[in-house]
Amino acid sequence: MDKFRMIFQFFQSNQESFMNGICGIMALASTQMYSAFDFNCPCLPHYNLAYGLGILLVPPFILFLLGFVLNNNISMLAEEWRRPQGRRGKDPSVLRYMFCSMAQRAMIAPAVWVSVTLLDGKCITCAFCTSVPLETLGNASHPRLSQGEIQRVLARIPCKEIYNGQQLIANEVAVRYLRCISQALGWCFVLLMTTLAFLVRSLRPCFSQAAFLKSRYWSHYIDIERKLFDETCAEHARSFAKVCIQQFFEGMSTDPVAARCQLPRKAPADAGEAAEKLLGITDQGTMNMALKSWHRCKPPLHLHPPALPTGNGWAGEGQPPTPTHPSAPRRETAAYYSCV
Amino acid sequence: MDRFRMIFQYFQSNSESVMNGICGLLALASVKMYTSFDFSCPCLPQYNVAYGLGIMFIPPIILFFCGLILNRQSLVMLEEWRRPAGRRKKDLAVIRYMCSSIMQRAMVAPVVWIIVTLLDGKCLICAFSGSVDPEKFVGFANVSTVQVQQLLAKVPCKDDELMRNNTSRKAVSRYLRCWSQALGWSILLILITAAFLARWLGPCFNQATLLQARHWSNYIDIEQKIFEETCCEHSRLFAHKCILHFFESMRQEIKLHSFSLPQEGEEDEGEEDLLRGITDQDQVNKLLKTWYYEKPPLDVSQAHQR
Repeated sequence: MDKFRMIFQFFQSNQESFMNGICGIMALASTQMYSAFDFNCPCLPHYNLAYGLGILLVPPFILFLLGFVLNNNISMLAEEWRRPQGRRGKDPSVLRYMFCSMAQRAMIAPAVWVSVTLLDGKCITCAFCTSVPLETLGNASHPRLSQGEIQRVLARIPCKEIYNGQQLIANEVAVRYLRCISQALGWCFVLLMTTLAFLVRSLRPCFSQAAFLKSRYWSHYIDIERKLFDETCAEHARSFAKVCIQQFFEGMSTDPVAARCQLPRKAPADAGEAAEKLLGITDQGTMNMALKSWHRCKPPLHLHPPALPTGNGWAGEGQPPTPTHPSAPRRETAAYYSCV
Repeated sequence: MDRFRMIFQYFQSNSESVMNGICGLLALASVKMYTSFDFSCPCLPQYNVAYGLGIMFIPPIILFFCGLILNRQSLVMLEEWRRPAGRRKKDLAVIRYMCSSIMQRAMVAPVVWIIVTLLDGKCLICAFSGSVDPEKFVGFANVSTVQVQQLLAKVPCKDDELMRNNTSRKAVSRYLRCWSQALGWSILLILITAAFLARWLGPCFNQATLLQARHWSNYIDIEQKIFEETCCEHSRLFAHKCILHFFESMRQEIKLHSFSLPQEGEEDEGEEDLLRGITDQDQVNKLLKTWYYEKPPLDVSQAHQR
């Protein structure tokens, strides 16, 4: 019992810590992606805004979707949502809980990308360099340039090598200004996210603790039930295969020369474990026949009971009409199945 | 029983050391965040103060919230505070103890950030370069008021064309950094003295109450963990029974509707048990289809009574 408890504690904590681990790895991957990405501002009037905001907003969306894809529980949620009601009612609060916990984990990597991007400053500098306030920072009254020209000059602020507007506004002044705004936005964004997370976590016990405990229990239950069902089916498939193959070999060993699709019959009881393990096949020819038969004519997915009755003794419920030889119709059925 | 006891002793000491570990990690993270953050003073008159003080105070608030969020005990404390009294009275001393220990741990990372910021000096130089008295510095003494504000605001930017070769800039910078570091070391000294006094003088007052509060706060924490584990174990057993019940009812249905013989074989009984009467492709398909279309009700009382 103790061992049980320890194992399932581990399982439970392991699944949650596994999901938290994936979450952390994605957050690290997002910072790594950002630093490996070669940011290349186009330095052209309308393209700057599109590029800058695109780099700021499109990768977070991709990371959000990726967070859902990598989460194993998404299929569990979908299954629970779409299954027919049957004999078990559906509880929308459980579905909401599962969705919320998945969405919260999937939000972390995008939030990290947006914070890192804003704190670094390159995206905002690229996107908004044409909106720098020339009156306060530079020389707005430059007489020779038209509005379009000014826009073109300002658009080159992020590209220091080709910037030619030092008289209009100093490059360092503009970059410092934009970067200051970007970092302020970044810190405010992080503060907002953290405050939201704190409020969500701390208000829950104040309002809906009982409902939360219920949803959490049943969502874990659904997960455990699905895993146990898969294990039980796997166990069943293993036993099924074992018996099927055993019966196949028994059939082969007793009558290898006759028709390929034979009803497997019980092998004569043999002495010795080694002989038993050989399943009655003791020479090359028989083995080759068995292998060929396994490939060309797999046995039906229908396991026979260990011993056929000697008479018509059908003890038990449900009396179907019994033919004189119960094996005969079965032989036909077997033939039908096995050659498909 | 002994193993149980060992595990729970480990658990108990472990939860405090887990919290201390998280506290330490956050402090390290705060130092790392500061060093990797690219501090870039705007060098403009009104923006400097906002930027400098913002960088000094907003990240500590963020770190404080993170410290509260990552600490499991804060949830336990909130639940204990908000639960209906029911058949168990609430002890405010325990809640106060838990609250104070959570706050103390959550304050470590913000304090580390503030101290590192002050000892480094960049924030204060950025925020207060416009507030120094220009008369004290030769380069700024004979400049008009409007100009002097602009010039002083550019002091934090070493590479600015106006400031590149200005010796007074270095003087202002050193002056402000000296103040910043003095402030940083003083705060550090005060905090450590306060912590030292609290730990030494603490046992002189209310030691018994403290021991009780600490015991019951640990108890509440462990009780919650055990409740979660027990629920987990229970749901596993529930699922197991539910699935067995489902396979059993499938077997009954198959027996009713099929021509198969009653299972009387003595051999391969182990395997037959595992097969649970499902021995055919159609039967397996039917079972899987029924599992999806008609999940069994969440009621294993019939299975129990059998």
